[in-house]
Parts: sequence; C-alpha cells; structure tokens
Amino acid sequence: MPDAIRGRAWKFGDNVNTDLIAPGKYLKLSNQEMARHVMEGIDPELPKKIQPGDIIVGGSNFGCGSSRETAPAAIKYAGVGAVVARSFARIFFRNAVNLGLPVLECPQADEVATGDELEIDLKHGVVKNLTRGTAYQATRLPAHVMEILNAGGLVPYLEREIAKNKNKGG
Amino acid sequence: MGQTVAEKILARASGKSEVRPGEIIWVEVDLVMMNDSGGPRRIAANLERLGTGVWNSDRVTVVADHFVPACNDIEAGILALTREWVRRQGIQKYHELEGICHIVPIEKGYVLPGTLMVGGDSHSCTGGALGALAIALGSTDMLGVLVKGSVWLKVPETIKIVWEGNLPPATSAKDMILYNIKQLGLEGATYKVVEFTGDTVRRLNIDERIVLTNMTIEMGAKTGIIEPDETVFAYLAQRTCVEYSPLFSDPDACYSQVIRCRAEELEPLVACPHSPDNVEKAASLPELPVQQALIGACTGGKYSDLAAAARVVSGRRVAPGVRFLVAPASREILRRAAADGVLAILVEAGATILPPACGPCAGLSNGILAPGERCVASTNRNFQGRMGSPEAEVFLASPATVAASALAGKIVDPRVYLEE
Ligand code: SF4
Repeated sequence: MPDAIRGRAWKFGDNVNTDLIAPGKYLKLSNQEMARHVMEGIDPELPKKIQPGDIIVGGSNFGCGSSRETAPAAIKYAGVGAVVARSFARIFFRNAVNLGLPVLECPQADEVATGDELEIDLKHGVVKNLTRGTAYQATRLPAHVMEILNAGGLVPYLEREIAKNKNKGG
Repeated sequence: MGQTVAEKILARASGKSEVRPGEIIWVEVDLVMMNDSGGPRRIAANLERLGTGVWNSDRVTVVADHFVPACNDIEAGILALTREWVRRQGIQKYHELEGICHIVPIEKGYVLPGTLMVGGDSHSCTGGALGALAIALGSTDMLGVLVKGSVWLKVPETIKIVWEGNLPPATSAKDMILYNIKQLGLEGATYKVVEFTGDTVRRLNIDERIVLTNMTIEMGAKTGIIEPDETVFAYLAQRTCVEYSPLFSDPDACYSQVIRCRAEELEPLVACPHSPDNVEKAASLPELPVQQALIGACTGGKYSDLAAAARVVSGRRVAPGVRFLVAPASREILRRAAADGVLAILVEAGATILPPACGPCAGLSNGILAPGERCVASTNRNFQGRMGSPEAEVFLASPATVAASALAGKIVDPRVYLEE
C-alpha cells in the first residue's frame, strides 16, 4: 500500500447499495467484466468517466445490501484508489479490506464534492482536500486491518502466513 | 453483569468465559454455508494459489440456488465448477435444486442452537431463527475461514426488540419486521445483533421466525437471533440426532437499546420502492396496479407463506393480466404443499409454480421486470434494479398482502378478502 493515495473524487449520497454498485444481472460475470458496469445503477455513464486512481466518496451506509464481493471488486478493478464514506455497511467494509481496497470512515465526507482533488494518508487516517485546502480526520484502521491492506488483501496475507508456518515447521 | 445469547455464543466460539462488545476476537466456526454465486467459483482459484484445501469438509455445506436450473452456458459452467469443487474437497453436504441456501441447512438440521455459523450471503442472518449466531461474510473472508476454520470478528452490541400481544388477523411476521425496519431504518442496527423476544415471537412457528431474522440485514445488522425454545427443540428432534447445547440471554444482560412493540396495533404493511425501510400501511396506498405478484425467496417462499397465500386466493382467480408467481423456498416445501392441497389451490387461482430457487428475487431468472412494471413480492429487498429493469418498481409485503393484490390487480390490504 503506498503511503499516500491521491486522486479525483466522485461524490455519492447515502445508502448506496450493492444492487446499484454491481447489479444482480451481471453476477454471472467475472470481477473484471463487472468493473465495466461499476455503479451503473446510479450513473450509467460512470464506468466510462471513472479513471484509475479516482476516489469514491459516499454518505452513510455505503455498500449496504448484498454480501456480493463483486461490489467492492467492481470498484477496485475499475482502478479506484480508495473509498471514503461517512459510514459503511459491515460486509462491504470487510470485503473491501480483504480485496486490498482501502476504505475510510470519515465524518466530514459530505464536505467533498465531485472533482475535488483528495490525498489520503492511510496510516494516520487523514483525508486532505487539496482543492479546498482542508483536512479531515477519518477513523484510523485497526492494526490487523492495516496488515491485510498492506499485504494487498487477505489472499496475499494468508499466502505469507502459510509460508511462515511452513518455515516454522521445517 | 450478564451476557446476551450472542455474546455467550461468541465467548464459547473464542474459548473465553466471557466477551464484551467492541472486543476483537478470533472465533472457531461450527458451520460454513456457501451458495453457487459467492461460493466455490470465487474461492477455488485462490484456495489453489494458497496450495491448501478446506480445513474440515464435514463443517461445510454448499447449496446451489442462484443459478439453478441454469439459464445459459455461463451459469451452467458455474454449476459444473461448483459440483466438481465440492467433489474434490470431499464435501458431502451439497444440495442442488433442493432449495434456497438459507432454508435448506435449517431443514436438514445443520443449523443448531448455541453454535456459530458463517454464510457467504448477506441473508445468512436467517439461521438465528434457531438460536444460532449466523453471520454473513464475503467470498475472500470465506476463503480465510475455509483455510483456518476461524475468523476475526468484533463483538457486537445487541438491540432487543420485544413483541407482545396477539397478532391481528391478516398480519404476520412480515408485517412485524417491516414495522421494525421502518422504525430503525436501513442502518439502524449496523454492526449490531438484533434479538427478538416477547410472547408474540414465542408463538411464531419456525417459518415465521425465519422472516424476522432473515430481514435484520435490511437494517444493517450483523445478524438477528431468537433464543431457542420448545418450538426449536421439537423442530430439530425430527431432523437431526447431533447433540447441541443451547445458550440463552441472562436476565441482567446489557442491551444497547430495547424496543417494545404491541402486536395488536399492527396492520398489513408494504415497503415501497426503492428501499425496505420506505414502509406504508397497505390500506393507505393510492391505487397501484401490479403486473406481477411473487410469493418466493428465503423470506417469503416457505410452507407457511404458501399456505397464507392459499387461504386468501382459495376459490378465487387472480386478476387478468397479473402474473402470479410462486417459487417455493425448497423442495421439501414444494412436496408438502403438493401433498396437502395448498399447491392445487394456488394453481387453481392462476399461479405459475417456479423451481425451488432464488429466481426472480434477485433478478436472476423467471420473472424479470420490464421498465415501468410494478411487482408486489414476499421477498426481502426492493432496491432499484434488483428484479430487472431499474425503471421497474418492487413493493415488499406479506404473502397474504401479495396474494390479495394478485386477486385485485393492484396493491390492497388483504383484509378486503379475509374479512368477507
Ligand atoms: S432468495 Fe433472494 S434473498 Fe434469498 S438467498 Fe436467494 S437471492 Fe438472496
């Protein structure tokens, strides 16, 4: 995980649900294919407009609804650098971490507008709004969550753990 | 200070004498449930990459319900992969075309009071109806569980919802939970457990209890739970000989919130588009014609749901132009409804019987909506685009309300038919 994530914000409202992020009719597709439809339910043009490195900003309860991991996966595979929201639905939050997609709970998320340039310092949980010259304090991620993010997700994290245990055994 | 049933289950699963909300703990899992959508197809490659298999194949059940029967070659391929994977992993508890992933494990007696279950689907909270702590996880989290048999969790706070009094005629558990979702909102229970109690809940059968726990995710909850009692023990006595030790909340347990509700005051309710918390009284809605009425899903396709719909439509015909779809939540339910005449009543009234699977609930097959269409359904979620076109509308209601609306051709209060 780089120390700072910098990108352009796309701002959404409250209760952005998984049927809007990754509609059920695409569930049969792979994550990469799903990314071409990311958040199509809210803005059909978004998949075309979103650029690698962009940051999605939501209101409260971002990612509510289904446990489908395709929702954070579609966002990640669209190249999004991080998601910042006032609050997240529990399963979405875990899924994003497991996929290595940084997610930050930030009470002032509503002050961000689409197009703002943001810089996120994950370690300290700080979101700088470069366009507005302000900084917001987000909830810092617990140590074990940072470990999984730093490894790039749960799979590489487990890979390392299994290798460690094997070495111990040998 | 006492503990809630959820805290006791987590304490037992983490090998501690007690746990407190906010603590992060590692827990051993008693049962893993996956379906064909979020299950093996999203896990198999990573499991191979890790060079390992499932930690304990006896503790894993896989239920193929989203893509059955397959509608196209992609879905057929997903099912083939699923079958092959369970075979290679030595998983015996594989069920295809036997019903929905939240119902089949309950019917088979896999879900036991006092145990910790994790499920790869958001409605995994359903299992709480039997007094298990049943928590939903995404695919990669599930991969971690399959490898280690354990997972980290934050101990949640518990909200207690107490229902007292007798349910008025034509109302049911669906009306109770819609009432609670309206009260709490889509995120009113986020990260928390919702424990249902009170004499109204005690009188509900398992089918009805399932409706309560199933829809706790619609208020953001980590899970829902009902303390087990004689109803649960009698249900399980027919289905398993595995021993279990139930857990119960202490009288002095600590709740983050206690909500008291009177059943007598309940009326038939409907969740309007596009959110399960957008709840109104059925009687107060303007005239809303429907093209489709659906009895189905893990929430509303159980035997009691089919029987409730049959009571309303018995001897009547659905309105012309209404597609009245019935998708039993399992083959066991289908068989029972076929044996005792419930199915015949529904078919006589004009119902089309769908396979025991998810089908239209999540817009997967058999009953997808066109732009501008309106459906009233006994399912659990009505987010925009869930059942097909984003320009279609889904209204959530009890099976009685869905059946009455099918007869009327518009959304109506079922008392119109039941009080005649
Ligand atoms: S019936 Fe609907 S809510 Fe239930 S598991 Fe299937 S898709 Fe999910």
